[in-house]
Amino acid sequence: MHLSVLTFIIALPLLTGIVILLLPMSEKKAPRLLALISSLIALALSVWAYARYDIPAGGYQFIQKVDWLPALGISYHVGVDGISLPLVLLAGIVTASGVAVSWNIEERPREFFSFLMFLAASVFGVFCSLDLFMLFFFFEMAVFPKYLMILIWGSPKTREYGAMKLTLYLFLGSVVALVGVLAMVFLSGANTFDMLALEKAGFAADFQRLWFPFVFFGFAVLGGLFPFHSWAPDGHVAAPTAVSMLLAGVEMKVGAFAALRAGIMLLPEGARYWAYVILALATVNVVYGALIALVQTDFKYVIGFSSVSHMGLVMIGFATLNREGLMGAGLQMFSHGVMTALFFAIVGMVYDRTHTREINRLGGLIKVMPMAAVGFIISGLVSMGMPGFSGFTAEFPVFMGAWRSAPIVAVVAVLGIIVTAGYILLVVRRVFFGELPENMTGIIENVSGLDKFTIGFLSLIMIALGLFPSLMVPLVNSGVDRILLILGGR
Amino acid sequence: MAIEKLLWLIPLPPLIAFVLISLGANRSRGLSHSLAVAGAGLSWLGSMFVFWKALQVKDLTGFPIISTINWLPMGAEWLKVGIRIDPLSAVTLFFVAWTILCIFIYSIGYHNYNAPAGVHDQPGLPPHGALHTSDEGKIIHVPSVEPMYARFFGLISLFAFAMYLLVISDNLLTLYIGWEIMGLCSYLLIGFWYAKPSARDAAVKAFLTTRVGDVFMLLGLAALYTSTGSLSYDVVFRPDVVVQLAAIPTGVFGLSLAGLSGLLLFIGTVGKSAQFPLHIWLPDAMEGPTPVSAMIHAATMVSAGVYLAVRAFPLISAGWTPGSPLTPPMMVLAVIGTFTAFFAASIAIAQNDIKRVLAYSTISQLGFMVAALGVGSYTAAVFHLFTHAFFKALLFLGAGSVIHGMEHGALAEDDPVDVQDMFHMGGLRKTMPLTFWTFSAGGLSLAGFPLLTAGFWSKDEILSGAFSGRFWVVFIVLAITALITAFYTARQITLTFLGTPRSQAAGHAQENKPIMTYPLVVLAVFAIGAGWIGIPAGFPLTGAHQAGWIITFLSPMNPLEGHSPEVFSSLPLVVSLVVSIGGLYLGWRVYRGYQAGQVDPVERALGPVFSLLKQKYYIDEVYSAIFIRPARWMAEIFTALWLDNRIIDGMVNGLSALMPALGSLLRNGFDKPVISNGGDALGNRLIHWGQILRKVQSGRIQQYMLYTLWVIVVSGMVVFYLMGRG
Repeated sequence: MHLSVLTFIIALPLLTGIVILLLPMSEKKAPRLLALISSLIALALSVWAYARYDIPAGGYQFIQKVDWLPALGISYHVGVDGISLPLVLLAGIVTASGVAVSWNIEERPREFFSFLMFLAASVFGVFCSLDLFMLFFFFEMAVFPKYLMILIWGSPKTREYGAMKLTLYLFLGSVVALVGVLAMVFLSGANTFDMLALEKAGFAADFQRLWFPFVFFGFAVLGGLFPFHSWAPDGHVAAPTAVSMLLAGVEMKVGAFAALRAGIMLLPEGARYWAYVILALATVNVVYGALIALVQTDFKYVIGFSSVSHMGLVMIGFATLNREGLMGAGLQMFSHGVMTALFFAIVGMVYDRTHTREINRLGGLIKVMPMAAVGFIISGLVSMGMPGFSGFTAEFPVFMGAWRSAPIVAVVAVLGIIVTAGYILLVVRRVFFGELPENMTGIIENVSGLDKFTIGFLSLIMIALGLFPSLMVPLVNSGVDRILLILGGR
Repeated sequence: MAIEKLLWLIPLPPLIAFVLISLGANRSRGLSHSLAVAGAGLSWLGSMFVFWKALQVKDLTGFPIISTINWLPMGAEWLKVGIRIDPLSAVTLFFVAWTILCIFIYSIGYHNYNAPAGVHDQPGLPPHGALHTSDEGKIIHVPSVEPMYARFFGLISLFAFAMYLLVISDNLLTLYIGWEIMGLCSYLLIGFWYAKPSARDAAVKAFLTTRVGDVFMLLGLAALYTSTGSLSYDVVFRPDVVVQLAAIPTGVFGLSLAGLSGLLLFIGTVGKSAQFPLHIWLPDAMEGPTPVSAMIHAATMVSAGVYLAVRAFPLISAGWTPGSPLTPPMMVLAVIGTFTAFFAASIAIAQNDIKRVLAYSTISQLGFMVAALGVGSYTAAVFHLFTHAFFKALLFLGAGSVIHGMEHGALAEDDPVDVQDMFHMGGLRKTMPLTFWTFSAGGLSLAGFPLLTAGFWSKDEILSGAFSGRFWVVFIVLAITALITAFYTARQITLTFLGTPRSQAAGHAQENKPIMTYPLVVLAVFAIGAGWIGIPAGFPLTGAHQAGWIITFLSPMNPLEGHSPEVFSSLPLVVSLVVSIGGLYLGWRVYRGYQAGQVDPVERALGPVFSLLKQKYYIDEVYSAIFIRPARWMAEIFTALWLDNRIIDGMVNGLSALMPALGSLLRNGFDKPVISNGGDALGNRLIHWGQILRKVQSGRIQQYMLYTLWVIVVSGMVVFYLMGRG
């Protein structure tokens, strides 16, 4: 039987997760080693797929389809296009980095790394799915490791609240989305979960307008769309570092991606009908998230709310329904994923050493952990859309697209850029510059070699994409071509 | 090598220097500055060669030197980036190359290369000086080397790279990239001594204030790109495209699309070139080392702002012909420029800090350029940009030299005076003759000393532009401003260099090493001579029938070329002459007899107005009253949890103070109670469900799976039910 590389990418972390669970409890080092090796292989495979993807041919590639429940039209069906392939790569990057920065975790390493692998398998699964049932299966599969990891390894004060809130929100969102999905499958008479078939189903316009919001907004809850974003900051902050990285870096993209794939691409007429609502909500996201980030006193909350703000740009890009916007959104998903993973990694490093996340109690860290400071500043520059970094490559087309479809959106959302510069500079100034507090002088250690490597690795990706957009843009463009075709060549 | 290829290489040497210094050359001070100066030198060499080549081209406007490559694919189209040398960029490249090179060389001396390291010096603070055993065995206090010497040269190289990139760019996208990198560099360099709270505040203030302008500029880019599909100058500023854009109404203040995008770009200039009301960052920006001030005030930042306005002039002036009423965007430029020129000059006469006077003079002179564009005097604006860069770089480096000499005196005599306060100086012409002569050359040029200096010719060009266009208000206000300018320049020179020393530090000030003074000499040559290339046609003494070289070189770039009958009139010339000489004489007369401890004569004369000027019209306070106080009031109404803490602590300017207020309002007034608590309330109402859920949360995966399955089944049933009905 022909096996797609994507099947390996999904199965590898899944199997690793199971193997780690089967290890004896006393085994402290094997879990992390297995997890690292497995995630590095997954990363290597996704890089291979990225390099081998045939851009001129476009469309879905590395396809594998195995019937599973033919009666219900359910099959194991994987494949990637120009939109999902960068996200597969992103998931590979963030998973490997997450394992690296969790290297010295002491509490139940066996379960920790096992669950982390399950989480990775689930996101790989969503990005590769071409079958709605399968997409849903992997989408839901992430809930358990997320919930447990926050509850067990999260920050003691808020972990129960954060985990509960996240789970409730996401369940609610996925139930709503599920209703929409089932409507598409059964009410329409299509009777298949195959997305390629559903794309061609030609749903009636009324039907699309009715069911689009179920699918789109249901999934967009995980994408952090206002006013369903509230789980995100609390969840990110409550989670342990590696989970924050995966949550904000990849899981939010899972939501946005599913909303695009199952919402906009299957119900294009519905998307056109609801585009202005999404634009309006997403614009609120951008400004609202940035404003709230500005007034947080907790270092991690700043980044939590900044994710809400940046995901707004992704949603704006989607809702422009034009080339510039969609392309920008595709790039922004990748760029923001790497950026926010680095942010959370550094927040974690700072917290591990200072045992506080209060901005006012930190200061002068550039002297003791210079590499972390530089990494944070680079992420900050990406975050504020500085040219030469990936953030600009992504945000610039989003604004072009927004201006084309609704200039007022661009005008309001651009305010988010000013505020973003404000909160980034304030945090950098308070936390990394200035005076090192008395009680921290002489006791703060520099970050470890593995941490430095991770920081350098993630920074390099963002700079490379900023200087050479053509590393990714043609690929994303080929994905956008397809979406535009579905939308009717606009 | 083909000239186009060479052009691509011009910005690279400083970038390479920056990378090498960051990657490891920073271990050696000498290697760091060698790399930086070599980088600047190579760029200078390339620029001069390109400039010389550009002069050989017959019709450089019609056939600029260009070369493009694809950079950011936008669908089927690529956003091309490229390079372009036309008369405007050639002239800009010339002054940028010279000033940057001089500043780089000067910086070696300014940061005390080869001086001993200070005992108490630490990164993030200016050097405090070191103890040194002299040849006679006496222990003396001498200046010490900058602790972050290498870092300085790395950052300033990046700064130079960004400016070169901006100048040679052939499109608004790369211009924007250079523009933003400069914003970043200015942030890092203004806050170079980051352990000083004032430097940190100034850095954030500069970045955020200019950022406000930048986002409007970004919107301008978006407007142009979506309507023309390109950001290349060749497309967006092409006459027929401009005509098309001018015909599209936007519904915003009755502007056409051309006018709107021109204005949006101009707001970028307002931020970068520190025009009212976004001028507040520039005076504080002198918290950085003096060479940085020279970079910001002459070679890079503010010049880039005016450069953009000049580039955007076809859009700003779309639909205008000389003689007809100004277009709304031109009106905006004329009003803002004229007002800023006067407003800043008036503040300058009441400042005591030698650098602060210069900072306000920069704002004022930039106002001249903007006003000139506003009344359609394209060449005059560029000409003044050109001469200003030389004399302002000279003045800042001269001021730095004075401060450096004063520091030397202060250290040697253990005299703890403020070494930047002009009232503690005096008599420096004897101890620092070279600095005196060169500074005077720059000062006279700024004051527009007739016939001899560059500033005279370019300022006269602006005045005669306003005069021949019959913009009487602009003409009169600018003439008065020129008088004030001459006055405060004479005040500065007299207080600093003439008379007798008013402090021990001044008495023992010492002339600096050649590495600092020679760049001053080079710049002084330009501060005097750079004006002679712009002598207008028909000027009586020269009797030239041909206008000066720079005017004929630039005027084909002017979109209104051919319309404007440049008639030589002697009235503005006479006015320039009178205000300059008059102002200088007045300033010298008032301050020549000033003794230590006396009240500032201007303060005596102006009374309460003086303190208004001294406090810069209370603009910082007004912004704080408009933005910060209401924000605090709101905070106390809605919550006292954190806002006051934030406002007092960190808000450095009005705008960023308004934001937290809104943010807190959203978080505490809406996000927490409505959305978050709404979510919580939902949870509470499901409390007995929660009890069940708790049992379910045993941590066993199988049970969770069952739970999902259950959700799927129920939802499925709902759908089947719906299906059965439909």
